[in-house]
Amino acid sequence: MINRNPQLDSHRKLQHLLTTEGLPAAILLQILDTAETFVGVTERDVKKVPLLRGKSIFNLFFEPSTRTRTTFEIAAKRLSADVFNLNIAVSAQTKGETLLDTVDNLAAMDADMFVVRHAQSGAAHLIAKHVRPGIHVINAGDGRHAHPTQALLDMFTIRRFKREFHNLRVAIVGDILHSRVARSQIHALTTLGVPEVRVVAPKTLLPSRVERLGVHVFHDMKSGLKDIDVLMMLRLQKERMQGAYLPSSEEYFKNYGLTPEKLSMAKPDAIVMHPGPMNRGVEIDSAVADGNQSVILPQVTFGIAIRMAVMSILAGQPV
Amino acid sequence: MKIHIKNGRLIDPKTGTDATRDVFVADDKILTVGQAPAAFEPDHIIDASNLIVCPGLVDTSVRLREPGLEYKATLESEMNAAVAGGVTSFACPPDTDPPLDEPGLVEMLKHRARSLNQAHVYPVGALTLGLRGERLTEMAELHDAGCIVFGQPDGMMTNLRVLMQAMQYASTFGFSVWLNPQEKNLAYDGVAHDGEVATRLGLPAIPVCAETVAISNIILLAKVVDVHIHLCRISSAEGLAMVRTAKQQGVSITCDVSANHLHLSDMDIDYFDANCHVIPPLRSISDRDALRLGLQDGTIDAICSDHAPVDEDAKMLPFGQAEIGATGVELLLSLTLKYGLERKRPLIEVLAAITTKPATVLGINAGHLSPGAAADLCIFDPESYWKVTVSALRSQGKNTPFLGMEVPGKVRYTLVNGNIVYQSQP
Repeated sequence: MINRNPQLDSHRKLQHLLTTEGLPAAILLQILDTAETFVGVTERDVKKVPLLRGKSIFNLFFEPSTRTRTTFEIAAKRLSADVFNLNIAVSAQTKGETLLDTVDNLAAMDADMFVVRHAQSGAAHLIAKHVRPGIHVINAGDGRHAHPTQALLDMFTIRRFKREFHNLRVAIVGDILHSRVARSQIHALTTLGVPEVRVVAPKTLLPSRVERLGVHVFHDMKSGLKDIDVLMMLRLQKERMQGAYLPSSEEYFKNYGLTPEKLSMAKPDAIVMHPGPMNRGVEIDSAVADGNQSVILPQVTFGIAIRMAVMSILAGQPV
Repeated sequence: MKIHIKNGRLIDPKTGTDATRDVFVADDKILTVGQAPAAFEPDHIIDASNLIVCPGLVDTSVRLREPGLEYKATLESEMNAAVAGGVTSFACPPDTDPPLDEPGLVEMLKHRARSLNQAHVYPVGALTLGLRGERLTEMAELHDAGCIVFGQPDGMMTNLRVLMQAMQYASTFGFSVWLNPQEKNLAYDGVAHDGEVATRLGLPAIPVCAETVAISNIILLAKVVDVHIHLCRISSAEGLAMVRTAKQQGVSITCDVSANHLHLSDMDIDYFDANCHVIPPLRSISDRDALRLGLQDGTIDAICSDHAPVDEDAKMLPFGQAEIGATGVELLLSLTLKYGLERKRPLIEVLAAITTKPATVLGINAGHLSPGAAADLCIFDPESYWKVTVSALRSQGKNTPFLGMEVPGKVRYTLVNGNIVYQSQP
């Protein structure tokens, strides 16, 4: 009863970007290569290309987000698309309209693409299954499930600084259990041939059987960070201290916060990444966040190029 | 009316009969099996050549959505669905709105069901007021109104003292207690089995220990309180093993499994198929295989449909928000036959799990074809396959993970109290 991958059409061409899981390496690399061509565009004086002229893109954010929504908006505008931002959290949903009703209404306004963020895992899949052929869906984060453009911009950053994937040791540190970013990173890293992916977290923040995703599990930073090339930190939500996941942010920082001392376990040329927004003093020390191994700001810049690449591959003319 | 059912292959698990035998029905009773009674002149003859004649099915869990939730389904639609599935007796859980916790509601339901003149309805009384797990219901009064067992379907109550007292009180009157073993705090906000699939899909998970901790508590209490416990919907290998041990130790305990869990696992969730959002969650393949073995060795007493019709809108939501449940009363026979074919089990054995054994669990005189018994029969074609489609289902709920599948066994006639309440063309 397993369906074919809902992200690919019958010619195995990308029609939606919902998750990095199950995408062939060739498609991931096509997105990274396309993004390379857009990095140049963002550095020019005139930052626009006409690839998506006349296309309508709707940013459907059912969960508040400024940063991700803004990067999608900038990416769409640089491709000359018409962009509409809908902050659904405060409009239709509170009036009782269902998710798919909202989508149907917007589709009737000749939408070409939906960029969706939703608190429920699977929301983007549901929309992708529902819309008529020709409308593309980009998942900008669904529950704990996936955040593929974040993972792709992370892969882009890694390739920029490390050139190859096949000789790397990568560690992902933090709240793996609740993290859609971690899941998308893991699938992208393993698909691109990274031989060793580690996750480092206390047992309360790890989903069961996570090793089945192809990662090595560590519970302490000292051994988890030993000799790694790339360190991907995750944001720790403040809510985790309310339940029984963690006792306090102080104790978390002491054990899992990235300090220069813990970073010294990694290779000397290791890079430090973070999807943002950072909690300084909770998961990362300012000395590391602003230090010379940090590539956190380049990540943000590359995020625009990656989103331009995904949008143009989905809806644009062949580049 | 006198009916002669001839040339059928009669299977009656209670007596171990599996042979070509005619059945003679007069008014609402089975008169004889095999030989025609003296001077029997039928008003109607059913030619059951190449068909199987068995007791009408008994289902331990069919939700009618009445009272209160009629937008999901109506008594009429679901009663029609039941007989179309060959089901002639069923228990309905008290998780209606309001719950079946006071006699008036139960009387009304019994009355409305009786007036439709179809399957026999056995409401499960709420064990606690509002199913809140705080105060006991008037069980003796509810019994007079028509409840024969009492249950707490919405997971386990968190206050074990109340549970123990509810067991003691029910046992005073000889009532069985039906519990769905799922520890609420461990299940928490979970929507899928805690395993690789939930981890991949980022779905909040329900660990197996939510079931085993509940079963452990229930068994320990049942050992102290002399009460019969029925565990509704076992889902895990470990939980099953605990029931097996308890039975060996002589604890008065029975359990059932839903037909969904006999066939499906968390892998079937695929890309967030909301029709697979059921409770208990579909667990791993090895759990499913253990359940199949548990049925074979008799640890599991009955297969039920766990019928839960849900309106389409409530399923057109992200997995975790989609309403829980699957429609199923029309699939019970077919999914049971499918299990038998896949495991190469004799028909008489698998039919026992949907006729005589659930009747025993429920404590009703049904599920057999002895002379003098109510003429409740299911006559079906085991060779005929049908496709599960929206239009093929009579239930108002079309939500099933089996949509689009071909399944064996087509009901041709259903008789309740000697009346032909359902008939289909070959």
